[in-house]
Amino acid sequence: QKVTVDVLDHLERLALVDFRDSEGVERLQKAIQFADQLHEVNTDGVEPMDSVLEDRCLYLREDDVTEGNCAKELLKNAREKVEEYFVAPPGNIPLPKLEERDTYLQSS
Amino acid sequence: AVRECRGFWRRAWQRGAGGPAPRGQRVVAGSAGGAAVPAGKSGLAPWVPVVGLEIHAQISSNSKLFSGSQVQFAAPPNSVVSFFDASLPGTLPVINRRCVEAAVMTALALNCSINKRSLFDRKHYFYADLPAGYQITQQRVPIAVNGTLSYSLCTDNKMSQMVTKTVRIKQIQLEQDSGKSLHDDTRSQTLVDLNRAGVGLMEVVMEPDMCCGEEAAAAVRELQLILQTLGSSHAVMAEGQLRVDANVSVHHPGEPYGVRTEVKNISSIRFLAKAVDYEIQRQIEELENGGTILNETRAFDSKLGCTVPMRDKEGKQDYRFMPEPNLPPLILYDAKSLPANTNHQQVVNIDWIHERLPDLPSVKRAKLVEQYGILPEHSFTLLNEDGLTEFFENVVKHTQMKPKKVIGWILNDLLSYLNQHSLTVKESPVSSSILADLLNLLEKKEISSTAAKQVLVELWKGEGKTPLQIVEEKKLELIQDQEALEQICQAVIDGQE
Repeated sequence: QKVTVDVLDHLERLALVDFRDSEGVERLQKAIQFADQLHEVNTDGVEPMDSVLEDRCLYLREDDVTEGNCAKELLKNAREKVEEYFVAPPGNIPLPKLEERDTYLQSS
Repeated sequence: AVRECRGFWRRAWQRGAGGPAPRGQRVVAGSAGGAAVPAGKSGLAPWVPVVGLEIHAQISSNSKLFSGSQVQFAAPPNSVVSFFDASLPGTLPVINRRCVEAAVMTALALNCSINKRSLFDRKHYFYADLPAGYQITQQRVPIAVNGTLSYSLCTDNKMSQMVTKTVRIKQIQLEQDSGKSLHDDTRSQTLVDLNRAGVGLMEVVMEPDMCCGEEAAAAVRELQLILQTLGSSHAVMAEGQLRVDANVSVHHPGEPYGVRTEVKNISSIRFLAKAVDYEIQRQIEELENGGTILNETRAFDSKLGCTVPMRDKEGKQDYRFMPEPNLPPLILYDAKSLPANTNHQQVVNIDWIHERLPDLPSVKRAKLVEQYGILPEHSFTLLNEDGLTEFFENVVKHTQMKPKKVIGWILNDLLSYLNQHSLTVKESPVSSSILADLLNLLEKKEISSTAAKQVLVELWKGEGKTPLQIVEEKKLELIQDQEALEQICQAVIDGQE
């Protein structure tokens, strides 16, 4: 089935992507179709694999302080800073509603 | 089934309203101080409040959960932040063994089933203090599930009757803490400090088995004592090491649960009780006035003593949980499953940890009662005040007075003075040895108990005098000499003539 405008809008908000034009949406559609082929495999009674690392042991680190103390380096990339603090906007800037946005989705 | 609640219910049913009366409903007339369930307008069906808690305890460790930067409260901004904490590309999480052990200890103390194989996931949301855009947590298979926590309440304000309750622990999971945002409204900006980003947290989820602020507060207090006893978390709420969110709803007996709200921004155990009780009250009033409850997040305003809707919460969040691809499953072992030839540093052995658990608060209290013959409620007070148990035991060690009598001096005289002057036990001007000396004078009948209290008043001044010196100065000694006593009595009688 086709991906609805509501779902596309939802994805744009969640992932901050911009599907830009019909080609972008088409590519998304094709990607979903490609992934859907997985459903053709019978997985009854098979444990899902969520990582190729599943047979490895999670390495445990000793509780020692080995890093940090590099505020200057970390702040080097910050566009704005105030006394060793990073500066961010006052809160999450809400995305305008679909109707107000200058996006391809509006016209679809 | 309706849970028994310490709150009092009015029995008045409106004809046809609500569901069938549940069995075993307690009927108590009149109001009770601090009751969470008011009568509402007369003739209306009673309300059952339901309270669940989500508690985040910061793990007491030297370094963070997935990186080697230091865990340090109030450090200069961004000074204990590693490249991984700042989410710079090319960095990977490496789990801290101590954090795993802390979670296992806590799970064992709360009677949980430990998942020997647990998994890590990413929980995605955007916020300035979460540089990666996701938090590493354990959503699918947490480290422990299905535990219980027992706590006690007094049935009246005098602490003479204690009731034991239990709350089920749904799960315990390991997860990362976020950084801190300082909102600067005047300049319309947020200052971000990542010192706290990546610190290990244990999230303890309590099932909605509680029914009022008092129960929630008592449960959290007991959890706090357990964590502090284990050493897995310092659990000091004022320093953000223990954070509690409450989920509150109300419904009529026999009906399905009502819509719940989440209450955040609770900064002390006292405020937890207030916030929960306020929210229960607010929901009841709203519903009785024909309104509805929104499934929203509210913040507790400690100055106004009320809850208000939180800003910055746009609709229902979609966290898009996915497995953390950089972390294999966390495997825990016990004596049976321990493979041969293992590197001990790479193994967390549940049985090894179990054997080394310290006495939990409930066990400590039982031992105090058994060893010293004091009442259960006394043992609660002893454990509740930091250092009081040690003080008490020190006094007992250095005096011949029976512990049952000593406890009265500790709880009535010492503790009430300390509370009046907002002092901790450690700050007490009267030390345990000085108090022991005083009680010895009393026990040997060298002074009366009235005189002993007078001496104590002097001792509080902390002028460095011993009890004996004060007794001599103020001539408070009991006169033992028969002849001298006869003379004094005779003089009084003579004086009357």
